[in-house]
Amino acid sequence: MAMKIGSEPFKERIDNGIHDDFMRGAVAGAQDGMGVKRRLATEELGNWEDWRSHGEEIRQHVLEHLDYYLEQLSENVAKRGGHVFFAETKEEANDYIRGIVQQKNAKKIVKSKSMVTEEISLNAVLEQEGCEVIETDLGEYILQVDDHDPPSHIVVPALHKNKDQIRDVFTKKLGYNKTSKPEELAWHAREMLRQEYLTADIGITGCNFAVAETGSFSLVTNEGNADLVTALPKTQITVMGMERLVPTFEEMEVLVSLLTRSAVGQKLTSYITVLTGPKEELDVDGPEEFHLVILDNGRSNILGGEFQSVLQCIRCAACINVCPVYRHVGGHSYGSIYSGPIGAVLSPLLGGYDEYKELPYASTLCGACTEVCPVKIPLHNLLHKHREIIVEKEGKAPISEKLAMKAFGLGAASPILYKLGSKLAPTAMNPFTVGDRISKGPGPLKSWTDIREFPAPNKERFRDWFKNREKGDK
Amino acid sequence: MIMTGTIQNREKFLNQLASRLERPRNSSPVERPTWKFRPQDEVLKNASQDELLEVLEEQCKKIHTSFYKTDRKNLSDTLNKVVANYGGGPIVTWKDERFSEWGLDSLFKQEWPSQNIDVYEWEHTKGVENIAKAENANVGITISEITLAESGTVVLISDENKGRTVSFLPATYIALVPKSTLVPRMTQAAQKLQEIYNRTGHVASCINFITGPSNSADIELNLVVGVHGPVKASYIVINDL
Repeated sequence: MAMKIGSEPFKERIDNGIHDDFMRGAVAGAQDGMGVKRRLATEELGNWEDWRSHGEEIRQHVLEHLDYYLEQLSENVAKRGGHVFFAETKEEANDYIRGIVQQKNAKKIVKSKSMVTEEISLNAVLEQEGCEVIETDLGEYILQVDDHDPPSHIVVPALHKNKDQIRDVFTKKLGYNKTSKPEELAWHAREMLRQEYLTADIGITGCNFAVAETGSFSLVTNEGNADLVTALPKTQITVMGMERLVPTFEEMEVLVSLLTRSAVGQKLTSYITVLTGPKEELDVDGPEEFHLVILDNGRSNILGGEFQSVLQCIRCAACINVCPVYRHVGGHSYGSIYSGPIGAVLSPLLGGYDEYKELPYASTLCGACTEVCPVKIPLHNLLHKHREIIVEKEGKAPISEKLAMKAFGLGAASPILYKLGSKLAPTAMNPFTVGDRISKGPGPLKSWTDIREFPAPNKERFRDWFKNREKGDK
Repeated sequence: MIMTGTIQNREKFLNQLASRLERPRNSSPVERPTWKFRPQDEVLKNASQDELLEVLEEQCKKIHTSFYKTDRKNLSDTLNKVVANYGGGPIVTWKDERFSEWGLDSLFKQEWPSQNIDVYEWEHTKGVENIAKAENANVGITISEITLAESGTVVLISDENKGRTVSFLPATYIALVPKSTLVPRMTQAAQKLQEIYNRTGHVASCINFITGPSNSADIELNLVVGVHGPVKASYIVINDL
């Protein structure tokens, strides 16, 4: 799966999302549930704003010295016998990993959840090599068993599926014969996956935070799947976005704390694992060989520019869990594995405006995302910045906005036309108006009125009303 | 002696970053900044060991973990009881002298075997047999090196006698927690790990922060306890250690 998901145009994706009642209920429930947990977990600290400021200063410092810390990290990984590969593009990353797979003659690969390997479509590459690739995070496993259904949330990938759908998928694909109780479904997945861990040739993980000083990296899960992925196969490959590192254990600790509270409202998740190099000489479990792939894939173009702060992101999804737009359209509508406000900022930067020019408009600019971000990324300001670039430099504003702006520009430039325009509006809208509501609007209004009604223009214009009021008529 | 690993494609990659940051490559050590904010030091600041223990006990309720308090004298009885609650053996443990120091020899080597409870001690010379034993075990037993009161977390540090999978593959998990290992939160654990690194220049290949049993909310956000790792977890705090 690439960063891009689905081939339908933006409006169609939105349409599918809006009409998926279960998904909308699930998303609303998730937002309310995780939102409350996040709020309680951050408020109980009493000084959450200081935590956010600390997170921000750590992330900014690392980005300013990124070349130094990556050099230090790579030296320390190599000192422990690990191999480091710097990949500028996803092709370079995939080629390197393909090379390891061929060298090991690997047939079975287990993975723990990783957005960055989704970003580079690693699974497809591995499958082309004839490997069986098994996702071990329960949510990802469900999606994979269901013919690679795309994820709809960074933290809860199968959020859009209900338990009956999951039971049906398990019955059809895994010979499952029990009920749709989550416990029974999860137990079945556990039993299926146990055998996979024990027989896999390679384990692949992402990376929450690497530690430059020691050449370590940390993995954060609740299920413990990353621990089995890294303890049992003989070869381990870890793929990290180049910005995901900190100077020492002490900064790692702060970011892990920010992540678990912001993502799921937990003080810490069940498993936080800090791994350094391959296993040591006499260790029994742990990989014999360890490879770290450090990925650029467009990130360096963001560095040093006006969007640099987006690289502070620690992938907690707090912004997604408060976004009113995500609430209504769901994750698939974004057409990218990175959904919600962070996706609307990041996807156009990594995937280009041609593909993702609509996303910065999938926002009300309410700023809820910015308010909850644990590392203080000014998300709604960055969305606004995208819009400026799309309109001014790229000339790629979505067609409805262009038309509206053109009409407004024309009308507003001439007081007579403006007056005429707003005087004419009630008449022009008459065919679409029922009472004081427009429910089937034309042109630019259509997208809005497909979803809800738009207030009809007042028959009496504000200016006229005001003039009359001044005259003492009302 | 460890063979040094390879590093590929680094120079061009890092030069590109420096150029984006509009400055020359920075290879001389960057001094760790004095951070303006340190909110982490405020959590449970000045709490006594007894207060930390109360916090831990309270937190265990939230993380679906059974909590026991005992002392050295009664440790054997308590552990025996907890294992019986979990349905007995097979049991897998680290190879660790502390079990013997804490008076568990007769439980491990006589009482349990006499009840037909198989006790396997991690033995690195036996290679992958260890993993088969852990996979078959009903109970895994390890010792917490550092214990975080705030989150209810035990910290395990691997070596050849302390296999990683002892705490992951068995169906249930028991951590022995000396009360003296209690610290307020992950901050102090990170500082201890830093101290160990500064002193020895070495970091264990695997450090686990474990907070209760394995769980997932991936199906309709319903919490399921026990996914890939243990289904149940217990902490036994030893007051006089």
